[in-house]
Order: sequence, then C-alpha cells, then structure tokens
Amino acid sequence: MFGYEFYVDPSRCIGCQSCVEACEECETHRGISMINFDYLDRREMAGTAAYVCWHCEEPTCAMVCPADAIKVGEDGIVRSALKPRCIACSNCVLACPFGIPKVIPEYEQMMKCDMCYDRTSVGKRPMCATVCPSQALSYVKPEEIARRREEPENLFVFGNQRVKTRVNMMVPPGTGAVSIDVVDYMWEGHLEQAGR
Amino acid sequence: MAKLPEPAEELLERFGPHPNYTPPGGWSDESRNPAEKLVKTHCCFCGQQCGIQLKVRENRVIGFEPWEEFPFNKGKLCPKGVKRYLQNNHPDRLLDPLMRESGGFRKASWDEALDFTARRIREIQEKYGKDAVAVYGGASLTTEKSYLVGKFARLAVGTRHVDYNGRLCMVSAGVAYKLAFGVDRSLLPWSDIPKADVLFIIGSNIGDCSPITTDYVWRCRDRGGKLIVADPRLNPISRNADLFLPVRPGTDLALLMGMLHVILRDGLENRKFIEEHTTGFEAVKESVAAWDPKTAAEKTGVPPENIEKAAHWFAKADRAIALHARGLEHHSKGVENCLALINIALATGQIGREGAGCSMITGQGNGQGGREHGQKCDQLPGQRMLTDPAAREHVAKVWGISPGDLPQPGYSAEEIMEAIHRGEIKALLCLCFNPLVSLPEAGYTREALERLEFFGVIDFFLSETAQHADVVLAGSLQEEEEGLTCNTEGRVIHIQKAVDPPANARTDTSILCELARRLDRAKFFPFETSRQVLDEMREASRGGHADYYGITYERVDEHMGIFWPCPSLDHPGTPRLIEGGVSFHEDGNCRFVVTEWRESGDPVDEQFPIYLTTGRVVSQYLSGTQTRRIGGLVDIYPEPRLEIHPQLAARYGISDGDEVMVATRRSEMTLPALVTKTIRPDTVFIPYHWPGKKSANQLTHRTLDPRSKIPEFKVSACRLRKSSASEAHK
Repeated sequence: MFGYEFYVDPSRCIGCQSCVEACEECETHRGISMINFDYLDRREMAGTAAYVCWHCEEPTCAMVCPADAIKVGEDGIVRSALKPRCIACSNCVLACPFGIPKVIPEYEQMMKCDMCYDRTSVGKRPMCATVCPSQALSYVKPEEIARRREEPENLFVFGNQRVKTRVNMMVPPGTGAVSIDVVDYMWEGHLEQAGR
Repeated sequence: MAKLPEPAEELLERFGPHPNYTPPGGWSDESRNPAEKLVKTHCCFCGQQCGIQLKVRENRVIGFEPWEEFPFNKGKLCPKGVKRYLQNNHPDRLLDPLMRESGGFRKASWDEALDFTARRIREIQEKYGKDAVAVYGGASLTTEKSYLVGKFARLAVGTRHVDYNGRLCMVSAGVAYKLAFGVDRSLLPWSDIPKADVLFIIGSNIGDCSPITTDYVWRCRDRGGKLIVADPRLNPISRNADLFLPVRPGTDLALLMGMLHVILRDGLENRKFIEEHTTGFEAVKESVAAWDPKTAAEKTGVPPENIEKAAHWFAKADRAIALHARGLEHHSKGVENCLALINIALATGQIGREGAGCSMITGQGNGQGGREHGQKCDQLPGQRMLTDPAAREHVAKVWGISPGDLPQPGYSAEEIMEAIHRGEIKALLCLCFNPLVSLPEAGYTREALERLEFFGVIDFFLSETAQHADVVLAGSLQEEEEGLTCNTEGRVIHIQKAVDPPANARTDTSILCELARRLDRAKFFPFETSRQVLDEMREASRGGHADYYGITYERVDEHMGIFWPCPSLDHPGTPRLIEGGVSFHEDGNCRFVVTEWRESGDPVDEQFPIYLTTGRVVSQYLSGTQTRRIGGLVDIYPEPRLEIHPQLAARYGISDGDEVMVATRRSEMTLPALVTKTIRPDTVFIPYHWPGKKSANQLTHRTLDPRSKIPEFKVSACRLRKSSASEAHK
C-alpha cells in the first residue's frame, strides 16, 4: 500500500501470538505461519518479541542462494524462494542474520514472510499488523508513527555487516536502566515472607 | 444420581475436547473457495466484543476477515478472535439431544428429551416445592437470551433460584458502583482512556485478559500519560509502567486506603467536587486516618514512598482514570476494594469528565449485558431490584402477570451449590455455565452435581459439567442466533446470525420456549425470533437504569453500537455516565462509602505459608469449553503451569519444569513449575481454564463476599513440595 511502512516494536508486545495464528490464514501459505515469535528470557521477564521478515535492501538470503531463487520485487519486498529454482539447501536459513527463512520440508522450498503480497497488492494491510492488538506490529504511515514515544530505526550492525532494511524497528527513547525484577519494587519490611 | 454415565476415557473419545486445527475441508481444499458472504459481527470470547467479519460458505464458517471500520478494535484481534471461527463445524459439536442410560449417553429425539426434562422438573416441584429446582444462566449469552433465562426461571419454572456465572466474574464491582453511583456500568467510553494524564490500573492483567485495551493504554502513554500498575505479577503491561506497585494478594484495600490517606493528609482532595456532588465524605476521611503509608506498606509489601507517589500522581493529574478487573474484584472484600478505589476517584473529582473516571473492565463476552436484564438472583430487567415494589409492578405488567406471581430473590451461584448439598435444591437446569471448572473448590461442586435428582444442560459441546447431566439439549453457538451484547464500555452491539445450527441442534431461544410450552406456560413465551424477545425486553427495561427502549438492531448497525441508557428511539445513547458529577441516585449525589479492613477468608499461616492466586492466559476463555477445542489456542499454552519466583523456587529446590505439588486446606494438585522473576516471591500463580486434575479450582476456597457473593479466587493459602519422580508421573 502506497505510503505505508512496517514497524516492529517488541516493547509493546504482550505475547498473545495473535500474529502467529493469523499469519497461517494467508492464501499463499495456508496453515503455515511465517511469524517469528520468542520469549526473550521468561525466567527474567515477561518480554516477548514477534517479528516478520525485515526485507533487507541487499538481502543476505539472496546473496548466498546458489540457485538464484530469491528475488526482490519492485516494491522492495523480498519474496519466498521461487519454487522451480529452490533446491531447499538451507543456505539462506543459515545466512540470514535475523533468522527469518524457513525451509518447509513437505514443499522442499524456502518460504518466508512476503508482507502479505496478496493483501497489500489489493489495498489491504498485512494480516499480522491488522490484528495485532498492542501495536507491536504496525503497518501505518510515517506521520502516525511520529506520534509514538519510540523512534524508528532501520540500520542493523552485525559485526562488519551493516544491513539496511525496509521494515523498521522501534527504538526506545533514552530512559536509562529499567529493572525487570519484581523484588526491586518491593517494600523491605517482609523479607522473611519473601524467603530471602 | 448424576455420576459420570460412562468412563471418563470414553467420554473424552466421544465428546472431546479434541483440538480442531483446520477450517472445513482442510487448509488447501474447500476453505480456499471464496466466501458466499462476510458477516459483520463480534467475537464471542471476552467482554471486549471485538468487531470481526466471519466468512461463510454453505452454512459453515470457513474463516474470518478483520473488520477495520468497527471503532472499538479497528480490526485488531487477539488469538482467540483470530481462531474463534474454528469452533464452528467442530467434530465435538453436539448435533442431537443426549439422554443418560446405564451404559452412557445415547442420542434422543427432541420430543423425548424435552418431555423428559419438563416431566422431571414438574415431578420434583410437586414432591419438594417450586424452589427445589434452580436455573443457571451465563454471561456469554446474548442479552435477549439472558433476559429469557430470567423470565423462564421465574415464570415457566416458577423458582426463586436463578443465577449465572457472572457471579464469579465481577459482581463485586457491580454492587460497589450501585452503592456509589446508583448504576452498574463502566462510567466511560474507551475513547477516554488515551486522553487521561494518569492511568491507574489495579488488578487487571490487560495484556492477557483484555488485549485490545492495550492499544488504548499505549496511546495514552504516547500522549505523555503516566501509567501506574498494581499487581502481584509483573505482567506484559506492568513492564511498561511508570510506577509498578507489586501488591501482596488480598491487600489491595490497604493500598487504596493508604493512597486516600496520603491524598487527604497532603490536602490534594477536590473540595469543590466533594461538596457539590457527594455525601459521606467525613466518615470515609475518618476511616482512612489510621492508614498512613507505613502501615499500608506493611500490609501490602509496596514501598511507602511509592504509595505516596501513586496518590500524588492520581490526585494532581488534570485527568486521571482508574481501571480495574478481577484482581480487585475476586475477593471476599471485593465490594470494599472497588469502593475504596471509587472513594479515591470521588475525593479527587476524577469522575464524569472526558478522560477522567473509573471503570471495571468486563471479563465475559456479555458480562455487561448479561447482568442487566434479570438472570441475576436479585434483579429484574433494566437493572431493577426484585425487592422494589415499583419494579415488580412494571415488569409484571409487561409480562401480563400480577406482581405477586413474581418470586422473591433467590440464591446466588455458589449458594445454589450449597443448597444442593443441604438437600434443599434437588434439580438444576444449566446453560452457558461450566461450574465444575469455574466454581471454587471443584470437589465440592462435583459432589453437588452427584447429589442432584435431576440435572439438565443446554450446551453446544459436552462440557465437563454436562458430562454429569441426565439430559443434554444440543444448543447453539453465538454465531447461530441473532442478538445484542454490551461490551466493556457499555456499548450495545449487534451479534449477527451467520449460520443455522447444524443437524438437529437448535437455538437456545427455541429450546427455552419449547420447555416453557411443556410446562404449560406457552402464552408467556410466544417468541419465534430474537427480535420479538428484544421488543419485549425493551419494554421491560424501559424506565430502568439500563434502559434499552431506544435500542433496535437497525439503530445499533447504523451507529456501530449505542451506549445505554437509551430511553427513546431518537436518543443518541449515553457514552459517559455521571457527567458533571450527577449520579443515578435520587438525590443526584455520588456516595462515599466507608470500607473496613479484614483479612482474606483463607489466611496464610505456618502450615500454608504461601499465597496462591489464580487467573487467565490470553489463549483461553473462561472454563475452556470452547477454547480447549481450538488447536492453535491449545498449542499457545497447552496446560497450567505454576508461576514461581526463583527465590521461592530455590527454597524448595525447584527448577524450571519440575513437577510441584501444591496443597491448600481443600485439596492438592501437581503441575510443572515456570520459574520467573515476574511474580512476588511470597506468591504463586496458576491459570484456571482446565478440568479435573489440572483444575486450579480444586485448590480455591468458597469464602464469599458478603454483599456480592463473589468467591475469593484471587487469594488462597498454600504450601509447596517438589514432587518425587513417581508422583510426577501419576
């Protein structure tokens, strides 16, 4: 959709996995979800992250593909591997710095998020960003995102590799350290109950 | 009498729950065909009542499409909404009435099942009296159906004892709002939330239990609003809070009285609002005099300076909103808890303005509408009280009876179970309620079901409760019957019929009317459509607080919902209540009500030293009758786990994933540990959606709030032990 961009904000994710469930409803990969979802460290916190393909300007997956099966569309969207060419070698799976591509064994093909081409090409927003209840995945205009506390960033640095992406990561404003242990918020009067 | 008719394994094999993963015909075949129609309706799971479009083909729901124009959720859905379509066309669906015989359940004809049900009700009433039969309804029913349940119980069965599962949900909030404001509804539309400068969320795990509300909370923060969260767990909302208050289970009242103490101590009250719009302030002021921050901190485990900070932020804000849910309400002092929060809002004048007010967040699908029109044990349609002579006269006139024919108030949901134990109630007719999973102390509930001389159930799946029935009448899913519900804001919305009930299943409305006919009460139940029920309900509610007279399906469609009260066909509805500080009480004032501290009904001691609290996960709805049958939702959180802080886990030698025995004064259960720093180290948490040995409600206790009769799900005392290998694999 013209003028719309994709924004990922794990700080707003509530871990509901609505995106994971909605993605498999897509016409092009029915029954298979292309969302990556993780609990960051459940022992330490409730934090979760859901994300889609970042759609790199120079996609590592395409660069390492020996079969030249991974193409970028005119819209800047990195597509799933072309079925006639893909040899399911998993080079892309190993090389992607974001861990996005999946080789689907039953199809012998690499499949990944194509930002709901079937929806965006007819003026609808991607399914995951439409249903996400918590603004963790958003497909909106930049002026709307400018109202957020966080700021968009689309340059990622992996050692010597700098990757510019189509999809934006929302970066928190400078708030300093935030504790994520409940104990740090507690009153010290009942420590025998707390078992310290 | 009503023990399980066949072994549990056979029941499981025949009736599930089986997880359904795929749309009709599978992912790649039939469900790819284009939909014949897109039906604009609402999700059946939870009080947010999100707008959704169901894809329908050949009388089956084959998928969904977001409904982005609906203003409340703008297309957003949680995973329950995304997968709700898979409850339709489900392999476990009951397609015929079932009757119990010695070997198990058998299919029966409608005539046989209905005749039998009516005959047993009549026989038991002839032998033991009218009130020996009780009726249970539920708050996932449409408003028309919940109206019909109340009328059916009082007029067709003629019993005093009708109540519903909303009794386990938020009745304490309802009682508190009635006392303070004279009305039981959210005071504000959700569009107010982003406009607040301070949001105080207490006892509400919004990310899991009302996910769409997250969007409103984040929008408030984007505007610069401050977020205060009080909860024993650092849940997905708390982790973004500007101030997090890790309140010890059962001590919310101390926190709130401490906050009001600070407000009054520091002269932050709104004198003008108090004088012009309230009564009872002086007595409340006196009641919080002893609750200095240090005293409140000792009770709650929240630092005194943070109690002061929360009080200051809330009182000094131009516009502040307080939101609460089951964490504040599920207590034997649930009414006091809510009143203490309301007292803060009144004292600071944070009421009845755009962006200022207080509100409960509804839990069940029609948690709001389901409690307005007469399926509560003490109420008549329109939120009228059953003991009020004028209310009785009005409703009796609409129903064409004399006020004397209306029974007096009866027992609440848990009290009905107690009356069954005493032998006072002998028969039960139940729809839209799975008490074996959702009532406290499940063992006690099971014994009650086994004592019944007759137990009839109307349901679409064979719930764990329905397994104990003598007769099961195959009813309808939400998408199979038109009707209204009322969402968490007080917005009345339109549930569209998307498909017909499959095979021999029938609509709940027609089942109740057929039963009424067999009880010789046909003339009071002439309804063939939901519209006819609504038209009568509009009259019955007319002039009451929950006045629906001006609400029709057409008007709801045109305006994407209408907020009650709506007393006439040209009335725009009432999104915000108590505007200008004017309450629903006759004198127009809001009332301060004194709250007194008391301990929970199941206190911790040396034997049971740890707090147990129970609640929900995002992927399951209530007792799981529907959501434990949807594959994607089952996979997100397949079975209950015990949330426990690493400090407490270390004391018992428990590692993540270890099986742990949790015992309370009632019972014990074994479940795997989820070791995490997001819970207080003196507290453990178990979600409650599962039956049998996985049921958290084996452990909970039956202490009720004296005014609202809500059980105390949010705090019990327990002890822990790491299970031995042999116990873990029992």
